[in-house]
Amino acid sequence: MAAAFVLPFEKPVVELVSRVRELRELARADTALEPELRRLEDKAAKLARELFAELSPWQKVQLSRHPGRPYSLDYFDRILTDFVELHGDRTFGDDAAIVAGLARFQGRPVVVVGHQKGRGAKDNVKRNFGMPHPEGYRKALRMYGMASRFELPILTFIDTPGAYPGIGAEERGQSEAIGACLAAMARAPVPIIATILGEGGSGGALALGMANRVLVLEYGTYSVISPEGCASILWKDGSKADEAAARMKMTAQDLLRLGVVDRIVDEPPGGAHQDHDASARHVERAIAAALRELDILGPQGLVEDRYRRFRKLGAFVA
Amino acid sequence: MPWPEKKSPEGDAAEKKTLGKGVFRKCDGCGETMPSEAFSANFEVCPQCGQHHKLAAGGWRALLLDDGALDEWDAHLEPTDPLEFADGKTYPERIAAAQKSSHAREAIEVGRGSLDGHAIAWGSFLFAFMGGSMGSVVGEKIARLFERATAERLPVVLLQASGGARMQEGILSLMQMAKTVGALERLKDARLPFVSVLLHPTTGGVAASFALLGDVNLAEPGALIGFAGPRVIEQTIRQKLPEGFQRSEFLLSHGMVDAIVSRLAMRRTIATVLGHLTKTSKAD
Repeated sequence: MAAAFVLPFEKPVVELVSRVRELRELARADTALEPELRRLEDKAAKLARELFAELSPWQKVQLSRHPGRPYSLDYFDRILTDFVELHGDRTFGDDAAIVAGLARFQGRPVVVVGHQKGRGAKDNVKRNFGMPHPEGYRKALRMYGMASRFELPILTFIDTPGAYPGIGAEERGQSEAIGACLAAMARAPVPIIATILGEGGSGGALALGMANRVLVLEYGTYSVISPEGCASILWKDGSKADEAAARMKMTAQDLLRLGVVDRIVDEPPGGAHQDHDASARHVERAIAAALRELDILGPQGLVEDRYRRFRKLGAFVA
Repeated sequence: MPWPEKKSPEGDAAEKKTLGKGVFRKCDGCGETMPSEAFSANFEVCPQCGQHHKLAAGGWRALLLDDGALDEWDAHLEPTDPLEFADGKTYPERIAAAQKSSHAREAIEVGRGSLDGHAIAWGSFLFAFMGGSMGSVVGEKIARLFERATAERLPVVLLQASGGARMQEGILSLMQMAKTVGALERLKDARLPFVSVLLHPTTGGVAASFALLGDVNLAEPGALIGFAGPRVIEQTIRQKLPEGFQRSEFLLSHGMVDAIVSRLAMRRTIATVLGHLTKTSKAD
């Protein structure tokens, strides 16, 4: 699907990708054109990659927030079967900023939990722009508990500006809800694989992120505070977000270097929003590979593996 | 004891409100001017109105630990600069300045002590060091605290005063939340008590990790405790926050803390809780 929204810097790549797509549509009936088309696609992909190789951290942040990007439910549609969405925290309500449930991944029963941004204004109000309240995290908590009891792998999908900072969120214990998610993830004797699809906004992302393997999409980000928030604290000027984005080392490539993520998942030419199906195929392959690695560890091995993974993160002088 | 609604106690209030040469000070609560010793002799609690002013780490040791004695662990750990972060000043410059002004290497002290005869593992945030923010060293010291307490079978008493994760260490600060909670869960598996003491302020990444996961959460009166800072919330929702929002009393009424304990009753309360949870007989 073509994304209607185009960032200024992605314009040449969007044009290239759409032109190749049009050609493919036109040539669909004619198999003789296939080799030539393949060559053209490869060339365009290479060119797109070259154009995007120069992107600044701030431009990558903008891509990670691109409104055309596939969200959790878009991936669920493509990489899961028999998805049964489960709602509510059994205490207060249901938070549409987090979607969760039971499904099969490559035939195997799993528990899935993901942040969900809205598509369009109305949906975004419902989804609160992917910013969960405590009841969202307590729904996740319920899923982690269920996965632990039934020995099902947990697949999480991270894409949030952050946990919502509001009155109701504080009244209902946003801090405790996030902390409790971390505790439950620490204990779960099952494989946990987190995939950062777009924005990894601070504690609100981490509540889905204490996994054995953390994957990040090529233009995904993960940070302790938004670049805007960082800039407004450091320079009292939120418009210096581009500078903050660079200093915070929040791109996929930085995260891999820092050991915060285990693997970068390539996006299709022009970014995940240019081809939801291709992006889902890449994510599916990466999750399947990670699951295979984890399957050899037993329940205690999985808990220990996760503990070691996070225990070693940090930099200090002893 | 009824607790009058007061202005927030400020971090550097003691410094700023000093009149003359530190001889007299004005209370943040009732505005009464009193000799400085009247506050310091009372662990920075106003003798007039009970307002709690900030108490430094040394004061907390004197208040809670037997003979004020702490056998410190991991005091040698020092921060480094993994992101090569700069914002006008470099992060190493900020660390050096914080170390100089606070006379501490980092934003937390941990170790072994005893509280009314109970051997405990102790942690106490130093708010004076970069707002008690949690970077790699703080995270590492807390993780080691929980691990060592588990190995030596000690209950943990942890005093929090922190603005949250340390921005200058970026994503690695965020990872300390996962690391510390992981270690805490091992303490819990060993069925050892975790008494979490929430001081002013406890927000952000510290609040959203171990701080509210105590077996017992005790808060000081009037402390700011929450996920997001009030300024961020006001900017987000574009309205003024109600009086007392995110204060200890608000958390108590919303079920997030077990009790609000005045500083002067803190030692007795913690000792009683530890006695119950460790099933030890009363000393006196």
